[in-house]
Amino acid sequence: MIEMKGVYKTYPNGVTALNGIDVHIDQGEFVYVVGPSGAGKSTFTKLMFREERATKGSVNVNDYNLSTIKERHVPYMRRNVGVVYQDFRLLPRLTVYENVAFALEVIEESPNQIRRRVMDVLDQVRLKNKARFIPDELSGGEQQRVSIARAIVNRPQLLIADEPTGNLDPDTSWEIMHILEEINAKGTTVLMATHSQEIVNTIRRRVIAIEDGQIVRDEARGEYGYEI
Amino acid sequence: MKFRTLGRHTREGGKSVWRNGWMTISAVGAVTTTLLLVGVFLALMLNLNEVASNIEDDVEVKVLVDRTADEEDVSALESELESIPEVGNLDYSSKEDELNELVDSLGDQGKAFELFEQSNPLNDAFIIEPDNPVEALAIADEAESLDRVEEVDFGEEIVQRLFQFNEYARYIGLGLIVGLVFTAIFLISNTIKITIIARKKEIGIMKLVGATNSFIRWPFFIEGLLLGVLGSIIPIAAVLSGYYYLYYNLQDRIQFDFIELLPFNPFAFQLAGLILAIGAFIGVWGSVMSVRKFLKV
Repeated sequence: MIEMKGVYKTYPNGVTALNGIDVHIDQGEFVYVVGPSGAGKSTFTKLMFREERATKGSVNVNDYNLSTIKERHVPYMRRNVGVVYQDFRLLPRLTVYENVAFALEVIEESPNQIRRRVMDVLDQVRLKNKARFIPDELSGGEQQRVSIARAIVNRPQLLIADEPTGNLDPDTSWEIMHILEEINAKGTTVLMATHSQEIVNTIRRRVIAIEDGQIVRDEARGEYGYEI
Repeated sequence: MKFRTLGRHTREGGKSVWRNGWMTISAVGAVTTTLLLVGVFLALMLNLNEVASNIEDDVEVKVLVDRTADEEDVSALESELESIPEVGNLDYSSKEDELNELVDSLGDQGKAFELFEQSNPLNDAFIIEPDNPVEALAIADEAESLDRVEEVDFGEEIVQRLFQFNEYARYIGLGLIVGLVFTAIFLISNTIKITIIARKKEIGIMKLVGATNSFIRWPFFIEGLLLGVLGSIIPIAAVLSGYYYLYYNLQDRIQFDFIELLPFNPFAFQLAGLILAIGAFIGVWGSVMSVRKFLKV
């Protein structure tokens, strides 16, 4: 569950990224965030895992109030949020298996748990047979699947994907979308910022459009709505 | 923290020490140089202190009684001396005692003085042990002002010079050590900074998936600790073997009996422990500085 009320965000350099955002997203929803570059999409998603802090207003994610959360509680809050980026952000020296296991090692899971959950999640993104490869030996789509596996291996309630298909060709993009749908079907809220008209208009879900730091449109089963 | 986690931090810290190559060598080298000097200096200082306090313990003020004084004068003087507050112990030594002591202390040559037994040229004397060696001077001044006192003697100059030398050596040595310790800390914090920058991406991912701040910081503390401890190996070996040689081979050749080195065991081992502790401190402090500055977690 995500709830934002009267959220403003001004960066230290004076740029106002968000200009009064009110939004409510239920657990288990699949939401696209669309809008022109620089409209505030990234800031909007960053607020949800305390990568950025709202200048004004309240942000609630799951059971955490991110406007008042103590610094030392942030890591625990993040264990309930998975994040996927356009550029994958994998560790190049580690194998696929190690990259995913890393997310569990650093939160001090037991080795047995790590083994079981990493294999489960690699199965889920259909990369079990590539567990021993390093990222450079994989295609872009496969690398993005590794990064998704890493994001969901903690079994987060919320998955945030910032243009996850931005670097991928259309076929590969569909592959990623199917995986995100599957994850969503299991109850995880998925929030996806995207520029892909084709995806938004084909897999119809809730669409939130942001322009100049404000929500200008919020439709269930919406359309992309911008000309390319 | 779980034991397994400690193992992981140690592995990560060790890996960085290895990967940083030349930076590691320069940081360890700086710690080594610092600790070598600290070790030599401490060995010297502590032994000087020991010598000084041995001499201090022997400090006594000798008050020579005027030769014309009669028994009454002597007992009056005794009570006057006793009333000086700094006086610890007061002994009377007649001129016959004084002569005997002189004769004894000179050995064979002293026998010549036995001729004086009939007409002893020495004075009766009071020997005062001060409560605190530093007060010898005050006692001497006060005693000098009394009647029936011919002269007051004490090993003033040797003691004073030794104290002074000791003090200078201490300041110069301390200044040097502080400077070197800072250099070493600086080099260590730079080495760790390089690790932090090299692992920026890794740290970003750790934060993203919810690693706690202390979990992120630990490997860097361990890296610093390792650098400090590695830097203390050579100094410890040098201090142990050097002091062993000094104590067992040179001690006999030193002629003055008031110079006595602190015994090898336990002194050298205590010194080694201290060097290790200082090395560890330098390492951890260096990493704390870097982590605070460059690791915004």
